[in-house]
Amino acid sequence: MANDKSLIEILKSRGVSRRAFLKFCTTTASMMALPPSMVPAIASALEKARRPSVIWLSFQECTGCTESLTRSHTPTVEGLIFDAISLDYHHTLQAASGDAAEHAREEAMKENYGNYLLVVDGSIPLDNPGYSTIAGISNLDMLRQTAEGAAAIISVGSCAAFGGLPHANPNPTGAASVSDIITDKPIINVPGCPPIPVVITGVFLHYLTLGTIPELDELGRPKAFFGQNIHDRCYRRPFYERGQFAETFDDEGAKAGWCLYKLGCKGPITYNACATMKWNQATSFPIESGHGCLGCSEPDFWDMGGFYTALSEPTLDVQRAVGVAAAVGAAAGLAVGAVNQVKKKRAQSNHETVSVDDFKEEA
Amino acid sequence: MTSAEFLLWVRGPGLQIAAVIFAFGIILRFFEIYMMGRKKNLSAKRASGTGAGFRTIAKRFLPADSETMRRSTFTIVAGYIFHIGLFVTLFLFVPHIQLFDALTGISWPGLPMPVVDFFTVISMIALLALMWQRLTKPVLRMLSTGHDHLVWTLTFLPFLTGYLAYHHLFVPYTWMLAFHILSVELLMILFPFTKLMHAFTLFVSRWYTGSMAGEKGVKV
Repeated sequence: MANDKSLIEILKSRGVSRRAFLKFCTTTASMMALPPSMVPAIASALEKARRPSVIWLSFQECTGCTESLTRSHTPTVEGLIFDAISLDYHHTLQAASGDAAEHAREEAMKENYGNYLLVVDGSIPLDNPGYSTIAGISNLDMLRQTAEGAAAIISVGSCAAFGGLPHANPNPTGAASVSDIITDKPIINVPGCPPIPVVITGVFLHYLTLGTIPELDELGRPKAFFGQNIHDRCYRRPFYERGQFAETFDDEGAKAGWCLYKLGCKGPITYNACATMKWNQATSFPIESGHGCLGCSEPDFWDMGGFYTALSEPTLDVQRAVGVAAAVGAAAGLAVGAVNQVKKKRAQSNHETVSVDDFKEEA
Repeated sequence: MTSAEFLLWVRGPGLQIAAVIFAFGIILRFFEIYMMGRKKNLSAKRASGTGAGFRTIAKRFLPADSETMRRSTFTIVAGYIFHIGLFVTLFLFVPHIQLFDALTGISWPGLPMPVVDFFTVISMIALLALMWQRLTKPVLRMLSTGHDHLVWTLTFLPFLTGYLAYHHLFVPYTWMLAFHILSVELLMILFPFTKLMHAFTLFVSRWYTGSMAGEKGVKV
């Protein structure tokens, strides 16, 4: 694809007015937690922005992330921006197949060496390269080859960011995240199962407009979107504070919209924008529809002791271990007690009566 | 290690290890203590000691006399505040009840979070005050050993980490929650082998004291 048209020209050709464009820039600035003074900068940067080449690699994944992005809502400015990038390779979305598809990837890599964005969804199997291949190339080789000339990598979805579902215990394929393999490139993790579409486009936009990597947290996630705790932003938080909890999914508490902590909600350990940006054009988010948060934007969320186990509950069987330990303790206690008894008896039998006369003799 | 892996470890294998050592230690200590036995009382009983034993358990919840109260007001008041706070935070905080429910199948109602929060704060203040007293009073300071400071630290850490976790302070909640659980696990591991064991032996020894006095004919 030619990269000659600027973004604003593409938007104009799709019927986006200048007013709508500026409005979008303002929203974007606030969404990315940038000061309002940045709006003109975003606008001018976007106006000048050329279509960046994007290569999207899908490894061990379910296509949910792509579904989230492409089917999330009716075309919006965000959607158009996504259309506007030069998506040179995406084996689900592209028309080409077989050799032609691989050729497109190689071409894009050659033409834009050092400048293209690499987007990855899905984890990479390290156990046996045969577990997942594309055009006969193992995921690991393809990632290494493509990452070499990338300006930056965006790991979309929890699988690419942390290993996700394929990495879940016992991790049969030896699934690894992108950052486990590539260490010499800037990597932005956009986890979620799937991530919120607006968060994916928001990260693209940040890169397009500012040309930099957004500020990241300890897990490599953009702080603008993953800086807020679900529990802290949850509209059900007052019920938690008051001690009002749903005990089952159909009791009075659940009907009254009480806190879902006891039903396994992982909101307290989850950092994501669901509670603020919500899903489906800001309609709702999982907790709002009555189900606890699964913590899908956190590492190992599949192994967090089960989706319906409260955070304060143990993840392994403790009772049986305690029973055995108590029995062993009793046996050990009996043994120690018996030894003490023997010692006591021996001390008693060895006891010699001493009188004052004995001391007199010694003196 | 990510915060998620850390939390998963303390909720799983970490808890198992701590619970096993705790259960093993408590039972071991009980058998050890009871099998020591007592010397046979050769004198004739003047009364049954059973009732006196139970009355002593109840009576010792109150200070023995006004003189003791006068001399140790600070210790008694701070000690009471701490122990009441401990009871409320441990047994009436809903996530804790959820844990007891998961382990034993027994559940009971909890208190609203801000109430538990209040008790957490006063417990910590009481603990700090008691430590301050321990460090500043010459006699107490001389009597204090490393053991006392260890036990104090083991008790204080779960309060501190729990408070910080609840308020989402300093580090992400996942880390602090994991630290909180880990601090409780350390407490559980050392519990049977330190002075903390008093939580289990307290009532037994009170009963013994009362019953022995009762058998000697003391009005208890």
